[in-house]
Amino acid sequence: MAMLEVEDLNVRFYTEDGVVKATNDLSYRVEAGERFGVVGESGAGKSVTSLALMRLIDEPGVIESGEIRFKGRNLLEMDEKEMRELRGNEIAMIFQDAETALNPSYTVGEQISEAIRYHLGLDEAAARERAIETLESVGIPSAAQRYSDYPHEFSGGMQQRVVIAIALSCDPDLIIADEPTTALDVTIEAQILELLEEIATEFDTAIQLITHDLGVVAEFCDRVMVMYAGHPVEMAPVEDVYYDPQHPYTVGLMSSIPRIGDDRDRLQTIPGRMPDLIEMPPGCNFHPRCPYAEESCTRVEPPLVDVETGEPADPINSDAQAAACLAHTGELSGELDYEVTVRGEDDPAVPGDAPSSAGVSDR
Amino acid sequence: MSLQRFVIKRALITIPLLLGISLLTFGMVHAIPGDPIDFITLFTELDPETEMEIRAEYGLDQPVYIQYIDWVTSAATGDFGRSIITRDPVISEIMERLPYTLVMGIMAFGVTLATAIPTGVIAAYYRNTKIDQASRVFALLGIAIPNFLLGLLLLLVFASWLDLFPILPPTSQGIVSYDMLVYTLLPAITIGTGSTALLMRLMRSSMVEELDKDYVRTARAKGLPERTVVQKHVLRNSLISVVTVAAIQVAFIISGSVVVEIVFSYPGIGRLLVNRVGNRDFPVIQAIVLLIGVAVILANFVADVLYAYLDPRIRY
Repeated sequence: MAMLEVEDLNVRFYTEDGVVKATNDLSYRVEAGERFGVVGESGAGKSVTSLALMRLIDEPGVIESGEIRFKGRNLLEMDEKEMRELRGNEIAMIFQDAETALNPSYTVGEQISEAIRYHLGLDEAAARERAIETLESVGIPSAAQRYSDYPHEFSGGMQQRVVIAIALSCDPDLIIADEPTTALDVTIEAQILELLEEIATEFDTAIQLITHDLGVVAEFCDRVMVMYAGHPVEMAPVEDVYYDPQHPYTVGLMSSIPRIGDDRDRLQTIPGRMPDLIEMPPGCNFHPRCPYAEESCTRVEPPLVDVETGEPADPINSDAQAAACLAHTGELSGELDYEVTVRGEDDPAVPGDAPSSAGVSDR
Repeated sequence: MSLQRFVIKRALITIPLLLGISLLTFGMVHAIPGDPIDFITLFTELDPETEMEIRAEYGLDQPVYIQYIDWVTSAATGDFGRSIITRDPVISEIMERLPYTLVMGIMAFGVTLATAIPTGVIAAYYRNTKIDQASRVFALLGIAIPNFLLGLLLLLVFASWLDLFPILPPTSQGIVSYDMLVYTLLPAITIGTGSTALLMRLMRSSMVEELDKDYVRTARAKGLPERTVVQKHVLRNSLISVVTVAAIQVAFIISGSVVVEIVFSYPGIGRLLVNRVGNRDFPVIQAIVLLIGVAVILANFVADVLYAYLDPRIRY
């Protein structure tokens, strides 16, 4: 049994314009100590998924069906009190924009130690001690003095460290990091990712990293789930996704990454935009943007299948690469016609991790 | 900058403000048409010599700026001269009535805050429900109804029909008596209703805005109980904008007391002011107007300090 198992999760938003299907039959798992990446464009359902794990979806959103099992217990059957004991204690969250995620009128120390006092039952002094240690562990210099500073007295990168410190303060088993580096510049981003990596290794904390940045995923994650319009379209260990993507959307995402040494004038993009989540296109959600779409794609909704066998995938129990494309169920007459070039191995001019320099090009 | 330094700095700013208020008060009272001498002598014809004597007694023979300096320096020691009408010292006339107005004002402000903040919070938390709509209707009524009309209605219903209060204040017992304090509730509610309505809606909108902010989600994600999230995190930030407006409401409560004291025959300084305006009793008028000005400045000072206490970003 994995630490976190999400099965057939359906989140709906009942708006005046209609029902928004934010996630559709979403299933995945995160093992203890694992780094799991969730990738997709804005609106793909990544953040909704993470808020669903915390049961913090606001009106008019509801978790309609499915199960979220954390250490074997279904979170959706817990009462509010049990859920509160989990939040911030066993499952913690790192938010995107640290500046707004912190309360401007309390000191950062208070914002860290209030959770410690609440969950661990420590008194004021002990909680303060622990909060200062946490601040030190996320690399805030002279943490004891900075404990009494207010968020506006910190820089953006330091604020993000404080937000991470809040998440870390009660030693959670799972951290959900929702685009933790989007608001930061590249050098700070690298530092923050390094910090998260240290934390994951040192405390054996599982991290579900939500991002739209495939480069970040390549560097950080063990396994990755690519989401499109509330559906998982591809799920696999990170190397497989980079060296051998099996869904046209993943391919599109990868070829959209600008690379050093690339002599194209324009950035590659995926034409079109994500469908309206209220009125999804029939068949495969991606077909209107897919260069390989055929007639059958407009009719049949592709299930997530094991790309080797074509059998329905089991993302909760299996690590096998899975994709939701008719090419793998044998219903497509053509083939996915692209090739993956791997630079770095035989091209010493491009340094860095092999996966991050894998590229995809249409033939 | 520490809170302490902020308070000192802000306190120093009140000095020129107080001077400005005194100048304005003096200037306005002297701009009222009519010669005070006529009211002192009750419009009797005087020979020029007697007139000069009376003018000298009240300092009216001096140039205006000398009159001002004399007035400010003695006012600073609590000496506002004598009333033209009763010939009693102004300060004793005011001190006799000030406790009544103070108690009524504090009660009005207390009723306002005690009603507006909780109802605003509830309306925000249950926004766009029946509760919120009911509070909106009440707020509109509260803002729309004039003080004097509300006062008369309250008297009619609670004093005349239900007989819960006497129609006239039981003044003979003094302000620190149970009967008088109970009676004071009526004018206090009358004055406070408009402010309550306004502050309640402000509290609601400020709270709705704060509830949507990311830090609320952070607080919930820490696993804090909803009560802590709202009372500790949201309320404090919502109060920041409410505090400023609440301070301005102090001014409305003071000016409202003038009308309401007449309606309730309440023995406070508001009624004294109205009586003496008709008689051009300018030493009394000046003293009361100055007092009101000082009260408003003080209220704003307190508001600014509270503001800085609530929002650490202000102190810089």
